[in-house]
Amino acid sequence: MSKTTTRPAVRKPEAENGGAAPGAGRPTLEVIGLRKSFGTLEVLKNVSLAVEKSEMVFVLGRSGSGKSTMLRCCNRLEEPDAGEILLEGQPITGSGVNLDKVRRRIGMVFQGFNLYPHLDARRNITLALRKVLKQSRDEADTRAAAALTRVGLADKAGNYPSQLSGGQQQRVAIARAIALEPAVMLFDEPTSALDPELVGDVLGVMRELKEDGMTMLVVSHEMAFAREAADRVVFMADGHIVEQGPPEDLFTNPQHESTRAFLSRYSYGP
Amino acid sequence: MDQLIQQFFNIDIMVQALPTILRGLGMTLLICAVVIPLGLAGGLMAALASTARSRWLRWPAVALVDLFRAIPPLVLLIFVYAGLPFAGIRLSPFVAVAIAFLLNNSSYYGEVFRAGLISIGKGQWEAARSTGLTQRQTLTHVILPQATRNVLPDLISNTVEVVKLTSLASVVSLGELLHAADLARSVTYNASPLTLAAGVYLVLLWPVVRLLSRYQRRIAV
Ligand SMILES: Nc1ncnc2c1ncn2[C@@H]1O[C@H](COP(=O)(O)OP(=O)(O)OP(=O)(O)O)[C@@H](O)[C@H]1O
Ligand SMILES: [Mg+2]
Repeated sequence: MSKTTTRPAVRKPEAENGGAAPGAGRPTLEVIGLRKSFGTLEVLKNVSLAVEKSEMVFVLGRSGSGKSTMLRCCNRLEEPDAGEILLEGQPITGSGVNLDKVRRRIGMVFQGFNLYPHLDARRNITLALRKVLKQSRDEADTRAAAALTRVGLADKAGNYPSQLSGGQQQRVAIARAIALEPAVMLFDEPTSALDPELVGDVLGVMRELKEDGMTMLVVSHEMAFAREAADRVVFMADGHIVEQGPPEDLFTNPQHESTRAFLSRYSYGP
Repeated sequence: MDQLIQQFFNIDIMVQALPTILRGLGMTLLICAVVIPLGLAGGLMAALASTARSRWLRWPAVALVDLFRAIPPLVLLIFVYAGLPFAGIRLSPFVAVAIAFLLNNSSYYGEVFRAGLISIGKGQWEAARSTGLTQRQTLTHVILPQATRNVLPDLISNTVEVVKLTSLASVVSLGELLHAADLARSVTYNASPLTLAAGVYLVLLWPVVRLLSRYQRRIAV
């Protein structure tokens, strides 16, 4: 538990508030000096980012700028080459970390939903509750029902993914993640695979999660939603975070050339 | 015509041969009961090894599967039964049959399972692991159920092949169905026991084959 105090200094002096419990006053998710290459392609070049508790942070950037890779490093679906990631003040990078324990604290929602097609909505959710949290069938069913209610699909528990629309599938995927009561949720383009008329339902669920205090790191090109709902927008280019700030500032007064170029291409979009 | 019926469809001789043939059927079923479950298990291991990330697992697994798929099962059986004694390893017919068929079988099942495993996208692994499921739990509860379902027809038709393969055991005088029938043929000097044996194979496998082709037709449309 005292690991944070022996760790080399973290560049976040304002978070160092002496005798409080480890993690107190710390961001929920903290990425420090993250680097990642695929072969000779350097995708992340020293990325640092903090997501405070109950904050919704949007990540924007051109295709290939490394957004997904950064997100996937956060639950170590990709293994970082260098840098440190802390969840509630505890390091989750390094070899001594129990990845399965860490991952249940970090929810992830994928562009392609990735529901289990051989299980119905309820069992998509209860699988991890039963096997990871070792809940009884009754406990797991109750929690799955609550999660489905939260995403507005209480009546779809018995449907298989193939019997659900894309938007409903993505909401079940969100329910699967929130049922584990994660400390932070990662979204990788959760609405990009959806028909436009289904996007709103998923965004609505995300808005409600935010209102309930969920901490969220979202890669998405839903600019209007970002503008209205995000606490902070981060712009990535070429493996760096080049700029970040409140959505209003970033959208109306971008400082960086690549941000401006990116936004001008999107401002006429839907 | 009468001659033909006398030689191939002689009811009296069939009745006479029936006990022998049923005993043979028992042995055939016993071989199947050993070789099919173990072959499925061996095939699954081979498939997991040949899709593993480590090349030190993958490479030998692929080589072994290729090897035992390329060697004709009869050659393998005679080698195990009649060849190994030259190395001082003397095996009973049953053990020799079990080993030879297991090697052959595991490689065929292995290829089928491998196709099943690679038919499941990376996203399923990632989704499961992102919820904290371990690698083994992901395999058991997410990947294998889907993989098996995807290759079920191939698994079943491979199993039909295994049942047919057991007839090779007659060359090492293991008293399975074919061997029993052939014994009865030589005693009665009549082909009817062989007809009966063929009939037993037919009764055993035809429903499976029929079901399979209906199933495959349904998948095709
Ligand atoms: N597993 C991998 N192996 C090799 N290269 C990869 C791998 N994953 C990503 N890359 C490369 O890394 C770069 C960044 O990819 P990443 O998916 O992080 O970008 P992104 O910002 O999410 O883009 P998009 O908006 O298209 O999703 C791309 O050039 C991509 O081709
Ligand atoms: Mg991406």
